[in-house]
Amino acid sequence: MKILTSLIIGAIFGIGIAISGMANPAKVLNFFDLAGTWDPSLAFVMGGALITTAIGYRVVFGARSQPLFETSFALPTNRKLDFPLIAGSATFGVGWGISGFCPGGAIPALGLGYSETFIFIAAMCVGIVLAGSLKSMVIRNTQDIPFTEK
Amino acid sequence: MITEFTPYLSLGGGVLIGISAILLMAFHGRIAGMTGILAGILPPFSSDWAWRAAFIAGAIFAPTIFVMAGGTIPFAVPPSTTLLVIGGLIVGVGVYFGSGCTSGHGVCGMARLSPRSITATIVFMIATFITVYVIRHVIGA
Repeated sequence: MKILTSLIIGAIFGIGIAISGMANPAKVLNFFDLAGTWDPSLAFVMGGALITTAIGYRVVFGARSQPLFETSFALPTNRKLDFPLIAGSATFGVGWGISGFCPGGAIPALGLGYSETFIFIAAMCVGIVLAGSLKSMVIRNTQDIPFTEK
Repeated sequence: MITEFTPYLSLGGGVLIGISAILLMAFHGRIAGMTGILAGILPPFSSDWAWRAAFIAGAIFAPTIFVMAGGTIPFAVPPSTTLLVIGGLIVGVGVYFGSGCTSGHGVCGMARLSPRSITATIVFMIATFITVYVIRHVIGA
């Protein structure tokens, strides 16, 4: 059941991304090209998604103390504005501006079957895995754990 | 390359993205952020990979079915293959350390008024505006 609802909810996400234009790098890049071929459509995507979610989350959190399938809502608790957040987000922005793809736009675009999307996603997955192993390496080397060997 | 301004389709698509985010929270208690969902099915694999894989499968195949049923989704990729590879690597590293992307921070986090997500969204939007400006109007690619 969990798998089925997740599949359907993912499908709604994918259709939303696809018809909104977020899966189209040409359109995404034009939103950011204020000085050139500007296309303001993405403001409508972000606005529509944000307002809908803000209202819906209020209803969900107001009506229920736990989700239907789980014992608690898995919400991020970190509230620190730290260096990884700022530097990572700035890095993401540079990559988004270079490619026109963000993760949420690229995954549904895979379903349209163009080779460019596969190339981008493959590189992005390598980036995620590399960053993950780099992070765990740094944590291993900086933590002072006397009982484990290095 | 000029793209057509599509306020209604984009707004409608945005509302669907929002509905998806609400349902994932109501049923699964999860943030509909593509970075977090995707990272869980990549090494080191997360133990709850099944719902993540199902969400991603739905997100991929829904547009396929939409097109097969006669729908049209405009698609064009201005950057070269080299830039796609470089951009992909940079996006992957950035969203990992930044703990999210447009869907996780820009939609779900902002909707919760999370200070981290509001900050992240402002930072990546500015970085993207600057990058596109530099590529198109300074370098002139």
